[in-house]
Parts: sequence; C-alpha cells; structure tokens
Amino acid sequence: MLYGYAGTILRINLSRGEIVKKALAPEMADNYLGGRGFIARMLYDEIPLDIDPMGADNIFLAATGPLSGHFLPASGKTHFGTKSPANGGYADSNMGGHFGPALKYAGYDVLVLTGKAAEPSLLFIEDDRVEIRPAAEYWTMGAIACETRLKKDLGDDFQIITIGPAGENKVRFACISHDFGRQAGRTGLGMVLGTKNIKAVAVKGTGSLPVFNVEGAYAKGKEAFRLVSAKPGFKGWTPEGTAGITDWVNQVGAFPTRNFQTSYAEHHTSINGKAVIEKLKITDKACFCCPTPCGKYGHTKTVLGSAYVEGPEYETIALLGGNCLLPSIEDVAYANYVCDELGIDTISAGAVAGWAIEAYEKGILTQKEVGREIQFGDLDSVVFLLQQMSSREGIGELLAEGVKIASQRLGRGSEAFAIHVKGLEWTGYECRNAPSMMLAYMTADIGAHHNRAWVLGHDMAGSAASVHDLISAGGGGKKRPKAAVSAESAKHVIASQHTRPLFDALGVCRLQLMELGFEVEHYAELYYLITGKKKTWPQLLDISERVWNLTRAFSIREMKEYGRSQDYPPPRFYTEPVPSGPNQGHYLNKAELDTLLDAYYQARGWDEDGIPTRATLIRVGLDDIVETMEAAKHGKVDH
Amino acid sequence: MTLELKAIHENCSGCGVCRLVCSLENYREVNPAMAALKIEGRFPAPGDYLIHLCNQCGQCAEACPVDAIPLKNGVYLIDAIECTGCMICVQACPSGVFFEHVEACPSEALQLVNSE
Repeated sequence: MLYGYAGTILRINLSRGEIVKKALAPEMADNYLGGRGFIARMLYDEIPLDIDPMGADNIFLAATGPLSGHFLPASGKTHFGTKSPANGGYADSNMGGHFGPALKYAGYDVLVLTGKAAEPSLLFIEDDRVEIRPAAEYWTMGAIACETRLKKDLGDDFQIITIGPAGENKVRFACISHDFGRQAGRTGLGMVLGTKNIKAVAVKGTGSLPVFNVEGAYAKGKEAFRLVSAKPGFKGWTPEGTAGITDWVNQVGAFPTRNFQTSYAEHHTSINGKAVIEKLKITDKACFCCPTPCGKYGHTKTVLGSAYVEGPEYETIALLGGNCLLPSIEDVAYANYVCDELGIDTISAGAVAGWAIEAYEKGILTQKEVGREIQFGDLDSVVFLLQQMSSREGIGELLAEGVKIASQRLGRGSEAFAIHVKGLEWTGYECRNAPSMMLAYMTADIGAHHNRAWVLGHDMAGSAASVHDLISAGGGGKKRPKAAVSAESAKHVIASQHTRPLFDALGVCRLQLMELGFEVEHYAELYYLITGKKKTWPQLLDISERVWNLTRAFSIREMKEYGRSQDYPPPRFYTEPVPSGPNQGHYLNKAELDTLLDAYYQARGWDEDGIPTRATLIRVGLDDIVETMEAAKHGKVDH
Repeated sequence: MTLELKAIHENCSGCGVCRLVCSLENYREVNPAMAALKIEGRFPAPGDYLIHLCNQCGQCAEACPVDAIPLKNGVYLIDAIECTGCMICVQACPSGVFFEHVEACPSEALQLVNSE
C-alpha cells in the first residue's frame, strides 16, 4: 500500500483516444516524492529527443504530491510540466486551488497527456469514469467564462482547469486557469494544452486517500493549523496577502518599473496591498485547506469597464502596476482580469507589454508597426497590447513569442532591454543591487522566476526572516550602499532552491514557511504520519537536490546552447546603473556575475559551464544519466 | 446545553478544511465527499461563498417513512438500525446536505459492484 498517494497514473493518448491506468511505482514515490519530482523524472524519461515543444509530440503532465489533499495547512498544490515553449528546456508551473486534491480523490496522482485530439475536446474525469468529450461549443471562450459555463453544465462539485483564447492561439506564455483566479502561469503550459486541442479538464473525486497513521496524522494536522494561526504573520500578513509586500519592495528599491528601467515606483501606495483591500476586495479566497488566503476576490471599475477579478496579487501588481506603470489598483485589477480571461500569464504579459512600450518610446517600434500610439501608465495601451498578443493579430504576432524571440526578430537593439533569462520573462524583483536574488534568477531552472529561490531578505536585510518579519521591520527607503558580492550568495540560493521546490514535490504550498515562518520539521513529521516513510527534512532536501540536478540535465540535453551562456541576466542589468530610487547608481558588472556563477557551480558540484560532474550525479543518485551528461560536455548528445 | 452550528458566510474563504475535518471526525477518512456540509463558491458574480449545512429543519424526519430520524436532545440524528436506506431523506433535504456513501450506508443499499 502506497500510503498518502492515490496510487495510479492516468495516461491518455489523445491521438488514439487511448486511456490507460497504471500503478504508481513505489520506487518512483520513494526517489522523487511527487509533483515536481515526478515531472522532472517523467519528462527526462519520456520526452523524445529534440521534439518541438509547440508540436503534438510534447507531453503535458499534471502531478500531485504525497501530501496533496491531506489534512494539513495549504495542501492544494498541483504541479504541471512539459518541455518548455519558452526555451525548449525543462518547464513546470504550479497552482493552488482545488484541482489537485480532486484528482487524487478521483484516484490519480498524475495525469499524462500525449498526442493531439482530432477536434477541440475536454477531459471528463469522475472517479473511474474518464472520457474525452467534444468541446467545440467551449472553444474560443474566455478561460473564466469557460469555467463558469462548465460548472453550470457539469455541476459545482467539479474542479476545472481551462485555457483561454491565448492557449488556443499558441501564445508562448499562455497559462492554465482554475477556480476563477488561480493560474499555473509560467512557461506556456496553456499553449501546450491548446496544441493538444484540450480546452479543459474537469475532475470530480469521491474516494478516500490512504493514510499510514490516521489518528496521528489527524492530531498532527490539527496541531499544524493551531501553530500556523498562532504565528504573528497570521494576523499581520494574511489580511493583504502577497500584495502586502509591495511597499517593502519599493522601499528597498527592487520594484520593476517601466520595463525594469528603474526599481522604484513613485505611485506604489496607489497599487499596494492596502489599496487592494480598500478599493477592490469582496472576500478572501483560499486554496484547498489553506488558513492564510492570499486570494482577495474583488470588483473593479475603470474607464474601460468593470469586472470581477481575483487579485491582483504581488506579481501582477509588479508587472502591470510597476513595469507598465498603471496608475491605480483599479486599472491593475482590470488588466489582471483581461489577462485571466484571455488566458495569459500576468507576469510575462506585463513584461512583454513593458518591453513593447519601451521599444515604442525609443522609436524602435513605430506607430505603423504597433497600429496605434502606446505609452506607459495608460490602461488603454496595455489592454490593447494584451488583446493583440493573445490573438496574435497585428503586432501581437511578434509579442506572442515572448520578449526573447520577439527582440531577436525585431533586432534594432531591442535585445538589450528584453528582460528575461532562458527565454522566460523576469518576475517582480529588480536585482541590480541584490546579488543573491540576481543569482537566484540567473540559475532558476525554468528561466527568470522567483519561485525556485527567494533570497531578497539576505540582500536587503541580511537575514532569512519570514516575509512578515521583513515587512514589519520595514526597508527604510533610504539610499542603499552598493551590495558586496561574495560566495555566500551561492549558499543562500542553493539552500532556497532545495527548500522551496521541495514543497512543490510534496504538493503543499510553501507560503506558511516563507511568509509566516512555520517550521519545516512539521512537514517531515506529517510526511511520515501520512506515508509511513521515515525521512528527516534534510533527507527530503537530498531528494530536492536530486530533482534540481535532473531538471538541469534535461535542459542540457534538450537545448543545444545550454550552459553558462544561458545563465546571464539581460545586458540592462550589468551595463546600466539604476537611474533612481534607493539603489540609484548601482548595478552588477559582468565580472561580479561571473564571481556569483563560479561560486554557484562550484558549490553545486558542476563544471565551469554549469554541467553536473560525474561525481555529483552519482552523489545525488542519478547514476543513470552520467553518460548523457558526459556526452553533453563534449557537445555530443545526438540531436 | 445543546450547541448549534451556525454558518457565518461572509467569513468563509472556501478552503474546505471543514469538509475534510468532518470526514475525519466522523469516519476517520480523508475524503471531503463524505462530509455533511458543502461550500458553494458563487463566482464570478457575486463573488462570495455560501455554506450549506444541516440547519435542523426536520424535513428529513418528516419525510422518513420508517421514522428513523428521531429528535433526541434537540438534534435530529439518523438511527442506523431503523434506517432502510431508501434515500427519501436525501431528496427531502432543502439544504442539499444529505449525502450517500457506499462505506457509510447503514443498510448496504449502496454497494460496489463490477460495472461490467
């Protein structure tokens, strides 16, 4: 008995209409835990070399973890994975909500989609019953409109993921939408579903999950809820959720502003957490089993119209409110709503729009090419760009490719301010005076994403304190000295890259740890009581390190130019001093970036090009991929 | 003293932990589908949650053909011995919080059989 897990992998070949259920192998559970771990191993094993991520051969995975759906704080995470539409390497993205638990109650730990349905379709899963159904009537609908309609057609007790028009139109940063405002936003997973002709997956599960020690797990779960609610951040952080960090990020000069031209937005108090609560909020909206709801569901009114919308959360505030300079929380919320309905990642969309507006301001993109005037701070301009990129109409054909490909195609110097790493647009923390966080972005396995490691506290406050403690202490808003670059950054980044993704493998949200400081040891105990497997937290971290090396290996194998050259930030960050705000005048030069990378590769046991050495692979239990990595080192993986 | 469970809808964030606890407390199962309450998320509009739980209205007891839902100490509870599993109470519940469960059904009126 595999306690904790549902025990079955559901495989659907959409080309053949074949549905196969296979037992989850115990050694897979043992060696990779679940979620992101399963995705890393299954992508490495099952993706044929060199396939086009935008073609039918790509694989789409939805994976839960051993703790998903169980009684503990925030056990609602679902992880999705694929070969990256952004760069051809490893890709995953996760979301909260209620979909993953429903999938497990229906009896499945992992959903694997291969091939391509002959016509627009949806997957219907109700316990044992699994069907591929025609979905022509839902095609072209907005992501939220489609979910609303499916809830009506199938019943409120189905948990549903959908894609919007952007996914259908193969926009490289199309997202997966769920529960009227939760998204797996990053790496273009919505595009992969669209390529497979899948508009939605609806799941209802009524089964029980097996628990090794149900009395113990129930008691420990109750204790965990009690301890989380006793943390100062429970009352201090939860009311505003992630939006509550906006002021602090500005005070320390890390807020993306005007396409990352600078790192401080004068109008931050008009778009902060307080504004969300005062101007928009109707209700808190939690993910499954979560006592600290980030979701603030509300209503916004703007000159372009009004809308119900979840959020905006911090990342959306940063990329639409800061990076595109939208002046009010109502405007940010409306642009958020437009993104949600179109089915695009608010982070990448805000980065792409910011890049386009800067290119326009500089005369690199002309009014004729864009089709109209566009400017920072103008909701109408931003919404126009969002609609164009989602439909691939006009300038949207270029923008839908994301900033890396778009800037390469456009040229004219626009690459210098295309803010990405490995083709994935940068998220909500500007790092020209934050060496640890800069390194975290440079080395995140999917590209420029903060989810893998968040170490801004080390840079700005010299500590690993919880976000609540950082916010409470304040940032001062004073001029900051230039940060010292040292090998210490590598240690902080690696520790965070093992800790945070471990939550993604367990199927639990990390915010109780990160934002409130809930201790990690509780999770190891819950893992034992639920699965019956005794693993200390450090032992679980060892698995996380194995997974980290495996995702790196997948990208090395799949991307022809992978290596050190792909680990640098865009030129803006190592050539242009920050022009204003607390970090005015600062930037990290190329030599400093190399110092960071050298320290990082060395600490990881990778060679100078960032390829894991034979000894490292053996140490982390990846003996079976040693030969492929040796071949990669000599440029000899057969493509 | 008899305690009554009261739903304060505006405080609900839809996390559903109540349903998980209900299944654990009553059946020692991790299975929200076994819970005797449900949460209705009303999205996109009006954007809120409604908690549906037994409000002790007694319509189930009135509907029961074998008087298997007596009022004891001010609470309606199913008498598992008297219950014949006819499911009329499930239909009668105006809140929609009566649920049929294979494992919990007192009269084995629900059984797992091979669908072939």
